[in-house]
Amino acid sequence: MDRRSFLKTGGAAAACAVTGKRQDQLEDPTEFVGVLVDTTRCIGCRSCEVACGMAHDLHVPDVQNDGALDEKRTTSERQWTVVNRYDTDAGEVFVKKQCMHCWQPACASACLTNAMHKTKEGPVIWRSDKCMGCRFCMVSCPFDVPKFEYDSWNPRIQKCTMCWDRLQQGQEPACVKACPTDALTFGPKRELMEIARIRIYNHPDRYVHKIYGEHEVGGTGWLYLSAVPFEQLGFRMDLGTTPYPEYTRDFLYGVPVVLFALPALLYGMRLLSDGSDSEMGPPDPRNDNP
Amino acid sequence: MSSGATLSAGAEPLQKKPSFWTPFNVISLPIMAAGLIILVIRFTQGLGSVTNLNQEFPWGFWIGFDVVTGVAFAGGAYVITFTVYVMRSRKYMPIVRVTVLNGLLAYIFYAGALVLDLGRPWNIINPIIGNDFGYNSVLFLVAWHFLLYMAAEFIEFSPVVAEWLGWRRARKILHSLTLAAVIFGVTLSTLHQSGLGALFLLAKAKIHPLWYSEFIPILFFVSSIFAGLAMIIVEGTISHRVLRDRVKMGNFDFEEIIFGLAKGAAIAMFAYYFFKLLVFLHEGHWEYLGESWGYLYLLEVGGLTLVPCILFAFGVRNRRIGIVRFAAVLTLLGVLLNRMNVSIIAFNWYVPNHYYPSWMEIVVTLMIICAEIWVFRWIVTRMPVYERSAPGPDETEAERL
Repeated sequence: MDRRSFLKTGGAAAACAVTGKRQDQLEDPTEFVGVLVDTTRCIGCRSCEVACGMAHDLHVPDVQNDGALDEKRTTSERQWTVVNRYDTDAGEVFVKKQCMHCWQPACASACLTNAMHKTKEGPVIWRSDKCMGCRFCMVSCPFDVPKFEYDSWNPRIQKCTMCWDRLQQGQEPACVKACPTDALTFGPKRELMEIARIRIYNHPDRYVHKIYGEHEVGGTGWLYLSAVPFEQLGFRMDLGTTPYPEYTRDFLYGVPVVLFALPALLYGMRLLSDGSDSEMGPPDPRNDNP
Repeated sequence: MSSGATLSAGAEPLQKKPSFWTPFNVISLPIMAAGLIILVIRFTQGLGSVTNLNQEFPWGFWIGFDVVTGVAFAGGAYVITFTVYVMRSRKYMPIVRVTVLNGLLAYIFYAGALVLDLGRPWNIINPIIGNDFGYNSVLFLVAWHFLLYMAAEFIEFSPVVAEWLGWRRARKILHSLTLAAVIFGVTLSTLHQSGLGALFLLAKAKIHPLWYSEFIPILFFVSSIFAGLAMIIVEGTISHRVLRDRVKMGNFDFEEIIFGLAKGAAIAMFAYYFFKLLVFLHEGHWEYLGESWGYLYLLEVGGLTLVPCILFAFGVRNRRIGIVRFAAVLTLLGVLLNRMNVSIIAFNWYVPNHYYPSWMEIVVTLMIICAEIWVFRWIVTRMPVYERSAPGPDETEAERL
């Protein structure tokens, strides 16, 4: 919590105390934003890759000549988004890949300094002044998104931020703006879900009746529509619908219990033990004063 | 300070000073020099210049071996202090000091090696000073518990330092803190030994089903008990040979202690084995047993857990010290294989290009081990780690300090 939000929360709490209003009534209703990717509209032009590289001072690919669609690529520390081509039952399908901006991100729950941070608007961002480079975010991310600069003495974690800086200025993400075919739609997740359902409803033959990201790992900020089962597009279907922080929740809840109960138990065991050991003679007098 | 001078003077060996060029020194010095050079490269050119880490394997040998395995091997300290100070078993008094020293050094060197693996080590103070507390992170918990446990172990060991320096008042005060430090230390160990396992709960999508289980934290905790006990047996056996003239056990029989430790290890291992079996039956991944992953699993659980468990029991029953020592080595290999499986080998098991450590990663790890042995040797040849450990006439005399 930074100073400003601390003051804000503190002020709100004080206001609550005075007016008797509950805090959630005072808080502005921020909606999670995300992006809907309609893979049936993507033509594989990779304008999004170029726009992303230019917006964030990263590698700007030569989309005409590098032949990158011939291989399956993944995001890297030089590219926050890539487009891959899949040969499916419905012919060639292009799929954009980037951070999914999970509703409850594994990376943020893994981070011991909150360097990986879920903003209240939805984008998951990385904060360099906090990160100690442990790379637990990379270990935990089910989508293998955070990337690390292994060749730098002062490495950064590199991943899509949903153009967090542009969003704050009221703009949409660079890739969305660059997309010539409206394959990408930016907006509150609630609206995106409506749009996605309407498209499936209006064209039941054109889409599989599933929105990838609606429930995966508890829901993600980025949503995908497809004409073919998502397995054919390289999506992992075995991730489940449980938000990742849930996997460590029981353990973390148990910690304070152990921390307070175990010392009492141990002290009780010591008092119960008589300290004598038949083989070793009388008890050590030192051990008798606790 | 005058009394300190007499005490340390009394600790000087009486015989002629042995040659500096012992085999260990001859081997370890070049390794440590090479390790330092590699570290200079690592801190100027980045982790990628010396390690085989990549985007798919962000954690390699330095985490999987140095930290995750090293900390399990250091579990002896909390097990023995629990037995001696909580259960008040005097039998293991003679090895308390050396075991706590080993635990403390293991934490300083092996957990400390974590710093070498951090991309931005200068930010390591952030989770301590509060540039943001990630309360929801298991790693946050592990980091804090490491830190506090090192403090607890240092307090447990500090009376030895005070004795060495001849600070009688300080020794008395520090000694009075021992029980609190032990209780605190055992609690913290329970939490961070299991916490190391809990780290991997978040890698559910990546760890092979034979090794992923929601019970990893409990399995890590239980295995740290017998890993620690086996380490005491192996380490004690070696140091009793190498430091023969330093180890004065009074009327104590070190073999008797080893048999006791082996008994404890056998029981803990059987509990662990049974629990592993329950987890396997519950998950029911029979289909993997016929392939290479299954063989690796069977090697770990059968060959390197059940077999040494039986050997321990057999060795104790028939009083065969050689079998017990062999079982201890097998046990350490088993725990090593288990930790490597969870953190590296079965991690991202479906990825075609698997990670293996570079020779430079191994040299740095060897450097850390050598450095730890140097410091251990420096301390045990100066401080009363072994001498005062045997109760006897001098023990009661020491009580009057």
